[in-house]
Amino acid sequence: MRANKKQLFPKTRTGIEGLDEITEGGFPKGRPTLICGSAGCGKTLLGLQFLVKGIQEENEHGVFMSFEENAKDLAQNVMSLGFDLNQLVAQKSLRIDHVRIERSEIEETGEYDLEALFVRLNHAIDSIGAKRVVLDTIESLFGGLTDAGLLRAELRRLFQWLKDKGVTSIITGERGEKSLTRQGLEEYVSDCVILLDFRVVDQIATRRMRIIKYRGSTHGSNEYPFLIDESGVSVLPITSLKLEHSVSSEIISTGLPSMDKLFSTGGVFRGSSTLVTGSAGTAKTILASYFALSSCQRKERVLYFSFEESPEQLIRNMHSVDIGLGKYSKAKLLHIHASRPSLQGLEMHLLLLHKLIRELKPRTVIVDPISSLITVGSSSEVRAMLVRLMDMLKLNGISALFTSLRQDGKNNMPDPTEDAVSSLADTWIRLRNEEFSDGRVRSLLVVKSRGMGHSNAVNDFVITDKGVKMKVYQAEKKIKQKLTL
Amino acid sequence: MAKEQRYELRLYVAGQTPKSVLALKNITKYCKEHLEGRYTIEVIDLLKNPQLAEGDQIFAIPTLVRKVPEPIRKIIGDLSNEERVLVGLNIRPLVKK
Repeated sequence: MRANKKQLFPKTRTGIEGLDEITEGGFPKGRPTLICGSAGCGKTLLGLQFLVKGIQEENEHGVFMSFEENAKDLAQNVMSLGFDLNQLVAQKSLRIDHVRIERSEIEETGEYDLEALFVRLNHAIDSIGAKRVVLDTIESLFGGLTDAGLLRAELRRLFQWLKDKGVTSIITGERGEKSLTRQGLEEYVSDCVILLDFRVVDQIATRRMRIIKYRGSTHGSNEYPFLIDESGVSVLPITSLKLEHSVSSEIISTGLPSMDKLFSTGGVFRGSSTLVTGSAGTAKTILASYFALSSCQRKERVLYFSFEESPEQLIRNMHSVDIGLGKYSKAKLLHIHASRPSLQGLEMHLLLLHKLIRELKPRTVIVDPISSLITVGSSSEVRAMLVRLMDMLKLNGISALFTSLRQDGKNNMPDPTEDAVSSLADTWIRLRNEEFSDGRVRSLLVVKSRGMGHSNAVNDFVITDKGVKMKVYQAEKKIKQKLTL
Repeated sequence: MAKEQRYELRLYVAGQTPKSVLALKNITKYCKEHLEGRYTIEVIDLLKNPQLAEGDQIFAIPTLVRKVPEPIRKIIGDLSNEERVLVGLNIRPLVKK
């Protein structure tokens, strides 16, 4: 952990992917943080994950005071995420206290205070030596009791008490009409306020998170997409948008010997990104498969994102041109992840890419085709996303290949993906279908390749059942002839 | 309701706060008046026994819990309004002289 930062402003790591990055170290240590959002946006889950991660990673015990669900329901809800609350409770590192307020069995007469709540919380904290506390959703008190003025005063006292107790706490609140929370809790919990949002744009649901304020600390101020999946909440990390990655001068093969010859170095740099563009039927996927194959042959794991073909379909189709991916897929060297672009929003795709890359630690990543993602986002979004993706890949020294479908017939209009990606890619290979009176010929041109000499020829190639056959030198000669003229 | 119905009451307090003292004084008075000889009041100080708060779902102080007869009823506050307390506990007030 960052020792410097700690002295400046002590923080408690949340252990939630991405959240520690955007808060620059976590939530304020020993202070309450307010998490607000509408129903179903993941407040309870975030709170539970904060406690579970605290136990698992920082050995900080936690108390969960629930005003809504009971301990049994909570445990069931997060069981699918691999959080075994019952076990944590049994080993005395977690305590769940369900405060049930039944309006029908309570009568109010005369003055009272919420001292019993303090006593309960204090007892729960002391009994297991807790450092983290979650109060979910304390505003339920307003539904059960009538004296709002008294409740406000008591909540103010409670938050101060939590501070004095020195526990790092999360207080969740339901989103209100005009204020962040129904009862304006943000007025009392003022150290750190985080808003969760769940919205549907163009029929695609996205979850977003924003830090409204964080007193005494800098923080990311954008809206960050976040995902709830089988491992809980994860926030899209902001990869450093800097060009500081270390580079490798190692050369790797593209998987097709005749294509390697087009580069003076005999291949592309490890950790570089290659873009393959072309219209339909120009063998983009075949080139991508060659790239995957060469990586597998080097015993380097490949992650293949397929937005058009299912894994079996891809393997079968590539088998027809003598690219045997099946055995590598079985040997877990090749991981094909197929999904429809419109299945989820753009950020979710990116987040998923990030997650899979982190889990599988591949040396090679292929996205086929990257242009499919255009259908789910506006072009500025796509560009920003691609920049992030490429930065992340470069940072990890992962060799990447993207294919992109070029729209033929709209040549006057710059292709949005090509526009966005071509300047970011290190190597750009353009494929073309050329039609003649008696048929068509596919051709390949290396438009650019940073840091190496490359062929300037338009190389014709054919696809046979033994793979791609390319005529390299003929075209090269033609150019030389033209130049000498 | 049978006349000999017994009442078991529990009063949760946290130390000797004015509200708690007042609540105990009030409930003792009402019981003597209306339930003479067929009630018990148990006072639980949560400062001494904090673990007992969870069982009866106590969050406010003072809270009076009617354990018997069932169902459980709770009255929070210093119990200064006699009528509401009696209604809350479902005690039929004796006809005053």
